[in-house]
Amino acid sequence: MSDMFPLTVTGAETRRRGKILVGPVDLTLEGRGSCVVIGPNGAGKTSLLRLLHGAARLSTGEITWACDVEQAHHDQSFVFQRPVMLRRSVEDNLMYPLRIRKVPKAEARDLAHHWAEKVGLRDMLKRHAPVLSGGEQQKLALARALITQPKLVFLDEPCAALDGRATREIEEILNAVRATGTRLIMTTHNMGQARRLADEVVFMRQGRVHEHASAETFFDAPTSEQAQAFLNGDIVE
Amino acid sequence: MTDLWDGISRAIWMVLSVDANLLEITLRSLQVTLTALIVASAIALPLAAFLSVRRFRLRRSVIALLNALMGLPPVVVGLVVYILLSRSGPLGVLGLLFTPTAMVIAQVIIIVPLIASIAHQSLRDLWAEYHDLLISMNVSQWQKITTLLWDARRALLTAALAGFGRAIGEVGAIMIVGGNIDNATRVLTTAIALETGKGDFALALGLGFVLIALAVLVNLAIHWLGRTEREGRW
Repeated sequence: MSDMFPLTVTGAETRRRGKILVGPVDLTLEGRGSCVVIGPNGAGKTSLLRLLHGAARLSTGEITWACDVEQAHHDQSFVFQRPVMLRRSVEDNLMYPLRIRKVPKAEARDLAHHWAEKVGLRDMLKRHAPVLSGGEQQKLALARALITQPKLVFLDEPCAALDGRATREIEEILNAVRATGTRLIMTTHNMGQARRLADEVVFMRQGRVHEHASAETFFDAPTSEQAQAFLNGDIVE
Repeated sequence: MTDLWDGISRAIWMVLSVDANLLEITLRSLQVTLTALIVASAIALPLAAFLSVRRFRLRRSVIALLNALMGLPPVVVGLVVYILLSRSGPLGVLGLLFTPTAMVIAQVIIIVPLIASIAHQSLRDLWAEYHDLLISMNVSQWQKITTLLWDARRALLTAALAGFGRAIGEVGAIMIVGGNIDNATRVLTTAIALETGKGDFALALGLGFVLIALAVLVNLAIHWLGRTEREGRW
């Protein structure tokens, strides 16, 4: 188990211009497997991830890690729904997180080649990253997030707008990463993907954690009516 | 019309005969302007990047001031630099008045706001694109600035070229602080002003065509070196 966990969230709330985006949230996450955050649009899934990652400001409440908060931020990475590509080559995109951590250039290049191979971008190392296809960009974003060997990876709908093949490739990478002990916390709208990848599920509604259970428990017997309705494909607000 | 043709033929003749005087003036123009461009870029580009990534109380005011200073009257800049560098001025002890260094100082003051403002537009857009990624990577302030400057380098060339265009064609300020001294501070623009004053329009026009050719050539060279038109990289 990673020394970052448990991650404890107590009464956490984030607001923008007076409007509550998320919260109050009380949640404890242990450091194993993958946690999938689901819920209807506007439920606060992305905001929760950003809050946990430290990319959104905490208005009230507390988020505590088992280790020092700076160390926790150092050991995690984030994959965005719409991949952000640096205006550089694929190779330079992969080397970037290493170079800012002062990893020597030769070592960074070797790792970049290794990860490009792993995600199937070996032949595209010299290509300009912003001109890659959506699936290739997402694979590159994933490899770039994993290249520093984080203990925790946040993924905000990593397969949104990708076709079945690209989704399967991303899921294979995520499964391989999970098998190495890296903790995954991701959001998705794809219930099939949630069932395939989740070890535990956080169901959110109206900015709050409505239900938090193991995947088996949640999918077999959700405790709330809203979660049941959501799983049945009914419209939940 | 005759003056125009005379000017063109005079320009061609001066270039073909490698006129020593023209060569000296042209090289000095290039030396002063490129030095000013390098110094101004070294100030303006990091400043623009800093203004893009850092939020502070007077940020908007500083940006508005930079935009306003783009229209700074060169003659006024020349006058202020003249007062500062004149023997009785606070920097008179440096003895820089009527030297190419004084001309560089005046040009730097004129083009820093221009380069910084244009660069800021590009860097602000790039920062909006990169913000979440760089924040999530725990990138330091300095690393943010260097990343933006490197990744926007082709767009920043445009800002630098705008600065070059303004500086190479500048006459008011450098006339005041340089004094248009032959073999010392005379550059193409001040020579044109002098010849026009003397009524030698053909020579003035000839120098003018050389100035235009120089500006176009430098722009093309920087454009080519920056490879701004390479596929998918603009």
